[in-house]
Amino acid sequence: MALLETKDLGIVFGGLKALDDVYLKIEEKEIIGLIGPNGAGKTTVFNLLTGVYTPTKGAIRFMGKSIIGKKPYQINRIGIARTFQNIRLFKAMTVLDNVKVAMQQHRRYNVVSAMFRLPPYWKEERKMTEEARELLKIFDMEDVAEQQASNLPYGQQRKLEILRALAARPKLLLLDEPAAGMNPTETHELMETIRRIREMFGVAILLIEHDMSLVMGVCERIYVLDYGTLIADGTPEEIRSNEKVIKAYLGG
Amino acid sequence: MDFITQLLNGLGLGSIYALIALGYSMVYGIVQLINFAHGDIIMVGGYALYVMLVIAGMPLWLAVLAPIVVCGLAGVLIERLAYQRLLTHNAERISLLITALGVSIFLQNLFMLLFKSDAKTMPPMFGSGVFELGGLSVTYSTLINIVVSVVMMIGLQMLVNRTKIGKAMQATSEDAGAAKLMGINTNKIIIITFAVGSILAAVGAVLYCNTYPQIKPTMGNLLGLKAFVAAVLGGIGSIPGAMLGGYLLGVLEQLTKAYITTEVTDAVVFAILIVVLLVRPAGLMGKNRKEKV
Amino acid sequence: MGKLKKKTGAYYLVNTVLTAILFTVLFLLISGRTLNNYWSGVVVLICINVILAVSLNLVTGILGQLVLGHAGFMLVGAYAAANFTRAVVTNGTMSLYVALPIAMVIGGLVAAVFGVVIGIPALRLRGDYLAIITLGFGEIIRVMANASFLQPVTNGAMGLSVKTFSNRTDPGAMFVFAFVVMALVIVISYTFGRSRHGRSVIAIREDEIAAEAMGVNTTYYKLFAFVLAAFIAGVAGALYAHHIGMIDPSKFDFNRSVEILIMVVLGGMGSISGSVISATVLTILPELLRGFSDYRMLLYSIILICVMLFRPSGLLGRYEISLPKLVDKLLHRKEKAAKTGEA
Repeated sequence: MALLETKDLGIVFGGLKALDDVYLKIEEKEIIGLIGPNGAGKTTVFNLLTGVYTPTKGAIRFMGKSIIGKKPYQINRIGIARTFQNIRLFKAMTVLDNVKVAMQQHRRYNVVSAMFRLPPYWKEERKMTEEARELLKIFDMEDVAEQQASNLPYGQQRKLEILRALAARPKLLLLDEPAAGMNPTETHELMETIRRIREMFGVAILLIEHDMSLVMGVCERIYVLDYGTLIADGTPEEIRSNEKVIKAYLGG
Repeated sequence: MDFITQLLNGLGLGSIYALIALGYSMVYGIVQLINFAHGDIIMVGGYALYVMLVIAGMPLWLAVLAPIVVCGLAGVLIERLAYQRLLTHNAERISLLITALGVSIFLQNLFMLLFKSDAKTMPPMFGSGVFELGGLSVTYSTLINIVVSVVMMIGLQMLVNRTKIGKAMQATSEDAGAAKLMGINTNKIIIITFAVGSILAAVGAVLYCNTYPQIKPTMGNLLGLKAFVAAVLGGIGSIPGAMLGGYLLGVLEQLTKAYITTEVTDAVVFAILIVVLLVRPAGLMGKNRKEKV
Repeated sequence: MGKLKKKTGAYYLVNTVLTAILFTVLFLLISGRTLNNYWSGVVVLICINVILAVSLNLVTGILGQLVLGHAGFMLVGAYAAANFTRAVVTNGTMSLYVALPIAMVIGGLVAAVFGVVIGIPALRLRGDYLAIITLGFGEIIRVMANASFLQPVTNGAMGLSVKTFSNRTDPGAMFVFAFVVMALVIVISYTFGRSRHGRSVIAIREDEIAAEAMGVNTTYYKLFAFVLAAFIAGVAGALYAHHIGMIDPSKFDFNRSVEILIMVVLGGMGSISGSVISATVLTILPELLRGFSDYRMLLYSIILICVMLFRPSGLLGRYEISLPKLVDKLLHRKEKAAKTGEA
């Protein structure tokens, strides 16, 4: 059974078919690329997978169960976490608290314990702080834990977003243009990070990216979208030589 | 026949709501701000009329011009002094709203100090007679209200669709950033929008004083709120929508008063607002805007 | 971590001791009649206003939504509590000392029910629309309280007389209740803001879409903050009713909602200590400036506009003043001074 499978997925916005007939299949621990020209509908795919939009047709099965109609927070709790194209951090919160927000679905205590600081509060908060710091350590961000998220440099903000998504302990991680705005060295580092994440956390990763060196370098398989439909899928080598893909990118 | 009379009375009342609603709608369309002070502009207009007509004893035709000038100036002044800094600094929405609220409280208390808080009675102005046809009987002032509001709306539509300024207004409302890049002086457009909205409110104020000849410093609260409900009902940002919303609200209110209850009419108005916001937040003629993810 | 816990423990101790001292001093001043009736009443009013401001801060500061109908919840709590004490104290079932705490809980719960009923539809909207819809609900509540079919409960515009403690025999009673509730509300809203629940609410304020994508049930937490604030406002309403002894709907109108909002905004949206300070100052100030009462709201509105224009985050922004830290600093300064003195 695949980790995630979509069949005949489509959505219509105001009579316009934004996506049509999208078939995706992702196995556990795979790293998959989703590419295509601007406006091809890549982010829309993410929004469908995470419950931001409800598809007008088709099926999405995650670990064998349909997730259509579930709210975004429910889908996150089932095991799909994402980042955003335009970074969406909790700006006025500290780096540590940003991570904790995603983590706290696993570390529960009731509101009475919270208000009167009863033992469950201390126990769970302590564990959460430890876990969050460990996670930050893995990404070399331990020293900025107490800083306000909006004060981080751009690259670290991107990193924090990935980290925050991981804090939810997902089985599938969706990265929306993680290399946007990065220079070649940073992109290269990111490639390493993505591989490392897969090994350490055992997650499958679906990433949208424009940087071809990154996509070709790190992905095992690639899906190509154009005008809302899939035009190709295969290994990086196959995609590189695919006529339709070349045509779509050259605008022929 | 009684029903048709009530319907016409409702339209007369709705005309006033519609004129005020236009101001809310236009301002919201351009700067996405609920201008809480807009209701109080009507109050300012009412007192301007009162001062000219009763205290200064001016002839009617001259006195009627006063609220138009005063309200137009007040609208521009409020924008300059209170909102402009926040708008250019791209302040948080909540700050803008609180400022608008502050302006509203300021105006009410200022006029309370100037004119005392009790109500002042306006002398009869025009159209006091009753028009009768068959079983139908409505005051001329009701008919005047309807005619004036329709004329004003047509004028406004022409301003927005046929003139350069109107086109610039539309562009600014669609995308202020892009409009700026295309060489539109958005700052100027915002001022004009406030001025036009306030002038329409002044016309509304004159009609209101003629129909319900009483003014007091807090009159703008409920009137403004109801006009806002009308704007939301019709679809905020849309000119025909604001008119439609105004008429609908006036008719609904009048019919509720006539056939159901007078005691909690205002509660009914708010209930309408709540239902609209929940069922169709974009209003009857508004566009649905969704945040991009 | 151990160190942190020890430090927190020390902080708790300092806070408790300082609060106890404040309480004792005020209680002695009031019950010993050093403060006259009038100023004792002002102290109680300060406590009530602090409760209201801190509760509104939960929604406006922490959740970041403008609510313009807070007085409506206060009204509901006041009438529910007043009717309860009228019934049980009059027929001698219990004394007001026992009845008032129960009445406060009842007032809070009734207000919370209203909070749920209003919150579920209202919180689907944001920003300006939420502000307007809460304003609408607040007005509906007030209009209804005046309506004839609710006369038996509210006595309409004539006003409802409420049981009060005898000023002659026990001048300190009302203060004790108000102060204890105030302290509790401050503590609770502080700890709430620093728990997983509060963190979720703040995350929604910062970015609702991201919060939802990170597993936060946004609808639930928005409603939670809203209803909690309504509950506390209801309790404050109950206290207020039993403090002034006579309530009518006009005491809970739009202007009252605005006054509470001003306290929150001036203190700094999101800062509990800011709310406490500005509620205190804005309660005392009008009493000192009696002669200027006509200009009060005019002045308030100008201050409000200026603060928004030049310091939109309010007096303290989201910063919290910590008493233990202040004490810490003072002690350290003394230590340093002592050391330099020795040298």
